[in-house]
Amino acid sequence: MSKKVRLMQGNEACVEGAIAAGMMFYSGYPITPSTEIAEISAERLPRIGGKFIQMEDEIAGIAAAIGASLTGVKTMTATSGPGFSLKQENIGYAAIAEIPIVIVDVQRGGPSTGQPTSPAQGDMMQAKWGTHGDHPVIALCPSSVKETFDLTIKSFNLAEKYRMPVLLMMDEVVGHMREKIEIPDSSEIEIINRKKPTCSAEEYLPFKPEANLVPLMADFGTGYRYHVTGLVHDETGFPSNSTQVADDLIRRLMDKVEVNKADIISWEEENTEDADILIFAYGCVARAAKTAIKMLREKGIKVGLFRPITVWPFPEERLIELSKQVKVIIAPEMNLGQMVLEVERLCNKHTKIERLNKVNGEIIYPEEIIAKIQEVL
Amino acid sequence: MEKHEVRLSGSGGQGLLLAGIILAEAAIIDGKNAVQTQSYGPEARGGASKSEVLISDEAIDFPKVRDCDLLLSLTQKSYEQYNHGIKDTGVLILDTSVTVEEGVTNKIYSVPIIDTAAKVLGKPMVTNIVALGAIVEISKIVSYDALEAAVLKRVPKGTEELNKKALALGYEIAKESLTK
Repeated sequence: MSKKVRLMQGNEACVEGAIAAGMMFYSGYPITPSTEIAEISAERLPRIGGKFIQMEDEIAGIAAAIGASLTGVKTMTATSGPGFSLKQENIGYAAIAEIPIVIVDVQRGGPSTGQPTSPAQGDMMQAKWGTHGDHPVIALCPSSVKETFDLTIKSFNLAEKYRMPVLLMMDEVVGHMREKIEIPDSSEIEIINRKKPTCSAEEYLPFKPEANLVPLMADFGTGYRYHVTGLVHDETGFPSNSTQVADDLIRRLMDKVEVNKADIISWEEENTEDADILIFAYGCVARAAKTAIKMLREKGIKVGLFRPITVWPFPEERLIELSKQVKVIIAPEMNLGQMVLEVERLCNKHTKIERLNKVNGEIIYPEEIIAKIQEVL
Repeated sequence: MEKHEVRLSGSGGQGLLLAGIILAEAAIIDGKNAVQTQSYGPEARGGASKSEVLISDEAIDFPKVRDCDLLLSLTQKSYEQYNHGIKDTGVLILDTSVTVEEGVTNKIYSVPIIDTAAKVLGKPMVTNIVALGAIVEISKIVSYDALEAAVLKRVPKGTEELNKKALALGYEIAKESLTK
């Protein structure tokens, strides 16, 4: 039997995906609605020779995961809004020190402690801008249990390939929802591991990039001694005050994502071929959009869906193309207008953009999307 | 296309989240698609809680109940909080302790779920399993075999016989309410 059909929760699928990708270390501080990710990691990792550590807070949770990653293991931490805020500084650290790590944010109502058990999409811009300074960002956004499994694997692959933190932006609905999932055979899963140096320890320059702009990464404890810092550093890893070194480093960090966009970006389209109304939605809201589209198509209204799977980097080109074809883009979000800012920035020359926002802790219903469409038609 | 939207409600701690998971699992064992979601307050016990299950032969997009085919309420508070969005053809399966306001036109089954678990079996912890037996006897949304398999998969080891008995009693009290 190659496929296992199971009823699985989104948070559980995240852990299963992480383990399939090779996660051997998890450190974190449990927080609703992400708690099951910590719980299940605690149960699963020791059985496969991995390690789980509950740290004293969210900051230590990501810090330990960063440290563990330096030894060569794949690491993850999961949290929700309040913890995501606390982790921001270390996300920047992982970005400049080029340390692969996966950070999961199961979004709940904010700001602050907000609505612990209710879904939201309020951290989408924080994912991009939460930590200071220019830094590369990859953030993925699943809308089903199966996709949570797949995108967790993809998050690890991208983190390893580009030596950087990768954010998995879930929401309470996707995290707590249970649905049918077919777990693929491990032979069907593509796994990417970080590239390691083949030169001697003496010749190793830890931050000298390869042709793809990513430096080779030696495991701590294997004789390759090097310096890791959050300061701007040269190819040896030691801090530098050189303006040239600073400029080269920050531009290279950004370019790792910029020049590899085609490899990183993904999105889903549904019914866009003949659409003259486009719904822009992601996460659990995309599921409301799909139901709304089915209902509207039955009435002959030509509605399609554009769903960014990588929210950062944003799938700009295709959305611009579609905006030239449609009369209006409807952007339902469980926040007061975040990703719609990207839509407006890119598309307002070509079409009309309508926001639909909800922050009461409830998912957006298909009927609300339909009502909005009828209002603007 | 056959589609069922089920809402299980009661007080936190009555095991309705697990009941929803078991019902969704049974549907999958029957070869269907199922999605289960929940909502609860920050408190783990007391307060009204609900677990929702959508069952369909086709893919399920929107994961929450919109047109409820079946509402289970074990407490008055949860009935009052969650009795919205019921279809005209939707049925209400209520513990006998729950009273319904006048003018409700839905088919109502008043079933002694809590008393059966607490007094007949002497184990309030199987209230949710008695409820599942009653729901499936009345609605037939999943097969008996799938339900039993799903129950046995999810309950703690050593409680299998107790839970089978709870299921059988659920079927029985539902049958009695059907003939009323």
